[in-house]
Amino acid sequence: MTTGSAAPLIEARGITVRFGKVTALDGLELTSQPGQVLAVLGPNGAGKTTFVRCLATLVQPGSGELRVRGQDVVRDAASVRKDIGLAGQFAAVEPTLTGRENLEMTARLFGHRRAAARRAAAAVIEQLDLGEVADRRSGTYSGGQRRRLDLGASLVGSPRLLLLDEPTTGLDPVSRSEVWAAVRSLAMAGTDILLTTHYLDEADQLADQVVVIDHGRAIASGTLSELKASIGQDVIEVAVSDPAQLAAAARIVSEVTSGPATPEPTGQRVTAPAPGGPGQLAEVIARLAAASIAVDEIGLRRPTLDEAFLALTGAADSTDNPPASAGQTPVGSRS
Amino acid sequence: MTTIEILNRPARAPGLLGASGQVALRALRKYIRTPGLLVMGVIQSVMFLFSFRYVFGGAIHAGSTSYVDFLVPAYVASIVLFTGGGIAVAVAEDKVAGFTDRLLSLPVPRYALVLGRTVADSTTNVWSIVSTAAFGFLFGFRLPGTWQDGLAALGLCVVYAVVFTIVFIVMGLFAPNAQAAQGMSLIAFVFAFISSAYVPATSMPGWLQPFSKYQPITPMVNAVRSLLSGSSSDVGLALVWCALLAVAFTPIAVIRYRRA
Repeated sequence: MTTGSAAPLIEARGITVRFGKVTALDGLELTSQPGQVLAVLGPNGAGKTTFVRCLATLVQPGSGELRVRGQDVVRDAASVRKDIGLAGQFAAVEPTLTGRENLEMTARLFGHRRAAARRAAAAVIEQLDLGEVADRRSGTYSGGQRRRLDLGASLVGSPRLLLLDEPTTGLDPVSRSEVWAAVRSLAMAGTDILLTTHYLDEADQLADQVVVIDHGRAIASGTLSELKASIGQDVIEVAVSDPAQLAAAARIVSEVTSGPATPEPTGQRVTAPAPGGPGQLAEVIARLAAASIAVDEIGLRRPTLDEAFLALTGAADSTDNPPASAGQTPVGSRS
Repeated sequence: MTTIEILNRPARAPGLLGASGQVALRALRKYIRTPGLLVMGVIQSVMFLFSFRYVFGGAIHAGSTSYVDFLVPAYVASIVLFTGGGIAVAVAEDKVAGFTDRLLSLPVPRYALVLGRTVADSTTNVWSIVSTAAFGFLFGFRLPGTWQDGLAALGLCVVYAVVFTIVFIVMGLFAPNAQAAQGMSLIAFVFAFISSAYVPATSMPGWLQPFSKYQPITPMVNAVRSLLSGSSSDVGLALVWCALLAVAFTPIAVIRYRRA
């Protein structure tokens, strides 16, 4: 097993996974360096969970190579398992055991002896702020507490790479911020983390580095600001006072920016990439005024991660749009 | 929220016995802490026993022995076929809930999953066997031979429980969810009922008798009956069946767990 400092944390070379006729991963390429939180972003069915299951040695890639700290997930599966901690989509804790019992059991299964397992469980309970509920059966926990316990169970072996598959799916906003706080504190303590999510604000909140995957392939990667910049231009956003005038406003925005304008389903807002920047904003304002369209709000802003994401995944869908024009692909059909 | 230093990493992966012990301990704690599993299992098996003994029993003629003496040894020997559905359900639930994934992502020897589960579920089956046997005595069963013969018969019943535990684990691993596991485990009823366990096989129609004669439950049940009366006929055949089932199903369980 080679764990030299030169080896990337994760290295995926053309990995393909098929389940019957379904291709879950289709030549995925990805390299990630240690010392950061990596978010794997993609719509449902993009292959995020399959990728995590490959890293966790639960699924073997049909072709390609996947390495964690230089160790092949198939040939060196046993060493990879010592390095990773997995928290899957469902909180895999035993409801009839207390939080502490769950953690001590998992610590033993990581290879800790009894006393060390007790210490590891106690440390994780403190770290994840579970002290008050640690000796209650985990079946009585709130959703957020259960997820934090599950996170803790993946941590008691002090993994070098923590794999979190949709860590906040199905949680209410309070529980969600609890889990976010826990992930941030782990990252600060020096744990490398890979998390999958289809919530863009989650990636925005937690990740240093983002990989966008769709249809089993990585379609973009980089830092968050790089990703936002990759759709290139600033965006003009107009909120009309009267929803009946939305179509007229959209037509004006579209004409000025010479590209498609996307009316939002709320029926009040329209956005469009503005390659011309402030000049085009001024023109839109003038023409809206000339057409007597009352406006609640108007402005020029950096694209959100949502827009970057939708533009990228939308572009991957249509073959007649080269990636360079991804930012101008009308979106809205996917979410 | 405080951040603390990274803990010491475990020096080595857990051994087979240690890991199996943890897997078994968790399954047993779950069983003991879920009163529904602990008590309802016994109530269910006692209800069946009661029905056979007092409802159907009067209409069944078991030759020279009284029906209660015919029924109870066979019922105890085959009790695992009735309680085994719970094993299949538990295995399927662990798979669906992601618990099996968690175990498989840990540096745990792969055999530990099957071994731990088998130890735990065999233990709960010993509980069913002993409690059902106790009710058998309460309902009028008396040992035909010595208490040593009784213990030998009980031991054989435990062997059956271990073997069928593995069979039910495999069912749970192939079932897509708990409901399906429950349904699949009903197959066991066919083997339990079309055997010499509850009625003399000779009372069945001729076309059904070959199935009864050549399936494993009949020799298993007959072996327990003969041990009780100090003989050993059918014990060899029963043990051969146990060995065959164990050898066939253990590798399936281990391989299937890896793909869970």
